[in-house]
Amino acid sequence: MDVIGVGSLPICSMVGLFSGIVMALQLGDALTKYGAESQVGTVVSITLVTQMGPVLAALLVAGRNASGMASEIGSMRVTEQIDAMRALGTDPSKKLVTPRLLATALTLPLLVIIADFIGMIGGFLIARAQLGITSSEYWTSAWQALKWADVSQGLLKPFIFGIVIALVGCSFGMRTTGGTQGVGRATTSAVVVSSLWIIILNALITQVFVKL
Amino acid sequence: MSDDTSIVRFEDVSISFGDTLALDRLSFEIHAGETCVVFGAAGSGKTVMLKLALGLIQPDSGRVILFDKDIATMAEQDLLDIRARVGILFQEGGLFDSMTVAENVAYPLENQPAFQALGHANGSGAARSIDERVHESLRFVELEATVDKFPSELSGGMRRRVGIARAVVTEPALVLYDSPTAGLDPITANTIVALILKERDLRNTATIMVTHRYQDGQWMANFRYNPNNGAIEPAGGGDNGVKTRFLVMNQGKLVFEGSETELLASQDPYVQKFSRPGAS
Repeated sequence: MDVIGVGSLPICSMVGLFSGIVMALQLGDALTKYGAESQVGTVVSITLVTQMGPVLAALLVAGRNASGMASEIGSMRVTEQIDAMRALGTDPSKKLVTPRLLATALTLPLLVIIADFIGMIGGFLIARAQLGITSSEYWTSAWQALKWADVSQGLLKPFIFGIVIALVGCSFGMRTTGGTQGVGRATTSAVVVSSLWIIILNALITQVFVKL
Repeated sequence: MSDDTSIVRFEDVSISFGDTLALDRLSFEIHAGETCVVFGAAGSGKTVMLKLALGLIQPDSGRVILFDKDIATMAEQDLLDIRARVGILFQEGGLFDSMTVAENVAYPLENQPAFQALGHANGSGAARSIDERVHESLRFVELEATVDKFPSELSGGMRRRVGIARAVVTEPALVLYDSPTAGLDPITANTIVALILKERDLRNTATIMVTHRYQDGQWMANFRYNPNNGAIEPAGGGDNGVKTRFLVMNQGKLVFEGSETELLASQDPYVQKFSRPGAS
């Protein structure tokens, strides 16, 4: 949990911050044309909470941790440590997969909450400095824009993405064959497959919430 | 356990990996206190046979009877208990590289259901019990000073010795050794075989040793550990003799099974590769 959560915090915070900044810059410019620059807080908060925050944080954690899980477990596989675990009377799934699954599924939503908040701060900095929007105007619109469905979507997605990241990373690690080359292949495949699943599931979950 | 108790029995066991037939109708039996030395070239199915004996892989056909239970069809959860009665030394040691030597050796005691009472019992007495057994096992392989080291800090021979300590810490009735001397210099290899003899003779353990080296089998068949003076001595014949059988495998098939005398008398060119001093 420490490795996945605390370890991923700096990079998730950075991505959240710059996502908020970029969104405020880009959308602020577009909204100004319609005289709707005061809505920048609304757009930034909804986009960050429902889409950008969960997806970007999950992709980063997939790149960082699915690869780490696949390589760590894959190395154990090719050096007979997994066999040793089974031979010594323990279930490798319980010992290796369950803790990683729980850690990722519980930590990713927390990372997303932090990334979302920092992203909103990034959006606020631009809204204040370049669009001349007041603090209360920005935060009120940002806060009021969020409905329970958005918050639920923003928390459900990272929870599911966390499960996917851990399962994909661990399963590629567990099925590693072919020595160190195999570990490399498992690591790459884990990142690619988990990233694809994140994007596909994001579309599906969004579709479900849009219909609500 | 009486000497005619069957420990492990293979009955017409076959297994394939893709198009490769790894074992072809393999049948043999090991009894309590017996030593079985398995020779064979690389890829002849020796390691596969050990993994089958432990239920780490399942055969395509045939039965593997371990302690009177057919493990070929057993679920993984049911196998955990039965594996507690078997120790194994993997070819590369199979040590957990993120754990210290002491943690590696304590692993089966802390994780196997049969021994978890040691760790879960209240009071410091239980914790000491695991600690004592770990130290005793490491003392057995003369590596007590390495308790806090990590496997990466040890030499190849030392890693094998830690592997032996871990394999025998639960005092199993059967110990499997997968090429315990492969890649080691002759002096270290002899030290490893001496430890295997010591374990076998002190606890009367049934032993299956897979090896390429003729000398390993010759030691197992003709020498024994004397607990009175701590020396490895010629076993002699008669009652002092060691019950050792030799198996020779070739491309998944058992091509020879018999005593050392029969092995030495074999005229099969493949078998002779493993029955002549200097063969490797």
